[in-house]
Amino acid sequence: MGIVAVLDQSSSGDPAARRRRGIPRGAWIGLAPFVVYVALFLGGPLYEVLYGALTSTKGALTWSNFATTFSAPYPATFLSSLKLAVYTTLIGGVFGLWLACAVATAGPRSPLRRIVSTGSGVLAYFAGVPLAFAWIAALGRFGEVTQLLQHIGINLNNTSFTISSLTGVELAYVYFQIPLMVLLITPALEGLRPEWREAATGLGASTFGYVRHVAAPVLAPALIGALLLLFGNAFAAYATAYALVGDTANLVPSRIQELVAGNVLVNETNIGLALGAEMVVVIALVMVGYAMLQRRAGRWAQ
Amino acid sequence: MKRRRRRPRIWRVTILLLAAIYFLGPQIAAVRFSLVQQDGKTGLGNYTAALHDSALGASLVTSVEIAALTVALMLVLMVPTVVWVRLRLPRLALYVETISVLPIVIPPIVMAAGLASLQSHAPASLDNLLFASPLTALTPFYVILALPFAYRSLDVGVRAIDLRTLVDAARSLGAGWSTLLIRVILPNVRTAVLTAASLTVALVLAEVVIAVVLLYNTYPVQLVNTGQSLAGEAVALSVLSLFVTWLLLVAISFIGNRGASKARIGRLL
Repeated sequence: MGIVAVLDQSSSGDPAARRRRGIPRGAWIGLAPFVVYVALFLGGPLYEVLYGALTSTKGALTWSNFATTFSAPYPATFLSSLKLAVYTTLIGGVFGLWLACAVATAGPRSPLRRIVSTGSGVLAYFAGVPLAFAWIAALGRFGEVTQLLQHIGINLNNTSFTISSLTGVELAYVYFQIPLMVLLITPALEGLRPEWREAATGLGASTFGYVRHVAAPVLAPALIGALLLLFGNAFAAYATAYALVGDTANLVPSRIQELVAGNVLVNETNIGLALGAEMVVVIALVMVGYAMLQRRAGRWAQ
Repeated sequence: MKRRRRRPRIWRVTILLLAAIYFLGPQIAAVRFSLVQQDGKTGLGNYTAALHDSALGASLVTSVEIAALTVALMLVLMVPTVVWVRLRLPRLALYVETISVLPIVIPPIVMAAGLASLQSHAPASLDNLLFASPLTALTPFYVILALPFAYRSLDVGVRAIDLRTLVDAARSLGAGWSTLLIRVILPNVRTAVLTAASLTVALVLAEVVIAVVLLYNTYPVQLVNTGQSLAGEAVALSVLSLFVTWLLLVAISFIGNRGASKARIGRLL
């Protein structure tokens, strides 16, 4: 990832060296369209969020929007979002790693690998709303699995479980978290060289010994990095929860939607923007942690 | 010896079975669910109804238009940038890539919130220019969301060709920059362009959060609305959407293997 690579660049202090490898003056102009575009269309909305979060209805600078987000009901909502992210990261991480290990032993062009990697791509990045409907078809009030369970005497509709509860949302989020873990961790698994395994076995290591002393330490940074990305992904995601529950879910994105859309009170819009700014801070922290870990993981990649 | 060889096999079979049940289960349920018609009989009623649903049709047209515009804008912006960076500013490649992954840090709901706020107090001129139509309101920001995928797939393609030689040859034969880009470089990186375009289309057809907050009726938004009253139709379309997206990625994975680039779907995503 790029962030990582940038951190690795040691800036050369030698002016002569800089001039020698320097960038031709006119060459900067070629980057201008890209930089201006990103500044306008990514920087613009971001500026709008920060500016709105820090101003009152009358346009004066204020801290009160952020202060409001630290009073009820918002801390509970934040906690609920964090819990959803942590649970689905742990479950998705464990099963994703396991699945990736099982699939990585097959050759890169085997049908199994192809199906798993393309299927993972769909579910991890492009599923959103259709994924929610698949779960409604399975476990909704009139879902296929619900009816199947009724036949064998389990009536889901009599229990507290519904697919539009937070448990239901967790179940659906795991459905894209596992594939994301598979996509993120497979390159690291491929980086484990068979020679290391052979060397360890040759020196008398058991399978457990190899995993404990060789594979685990080598994989650790990549593994923790992948878990951080999973966390950020679940924390930021909203499409699936929106399709399952709508803006009444006790999650930060739902609260933001409720405060921002269809609300004429500007005051409340700014509270939504403050919540949004806090989300950006959480994700940014996660990404910085990820970048630092990748730097360590990168040492094995050469 | 025998025991050691058998144990990993059980681990593999267990997880593959669990994965098959967990991942295929809801899909099979969705297919079965979609085949139950309004009148209770089994058939393709939901699929034909969905195809004749005018609200869904209109929203799909909007989304396809946005997807086409997004792909065009993305290519116009990114192909010259990637080529320029590899050609003239190779030392900045890492910085440009970093900028291109920045959108990951901004959750779509936050971007949507910023835009909604902008929309609420924008002067009339900006309102007319940007927010009057879903095409102009969503396209520029979908290009931003597509940057991480687009940059990486185009960069893989451009790095795989001998850019310097192509450029020198074309220039010495008198080609201008536009001829060079369109008639020399583009045909050589068509696989990467196709990949970037396909991923962008998949992204646009799946994005719901920004559109719903800004109250535009794109395909995924209308899909959710349809689901409120006609679950069968919505599930039928969901089955189709996932299947089509999957076919798209399978196609990309084959193209990627055939071409010179070693790019595989797992690397790109």
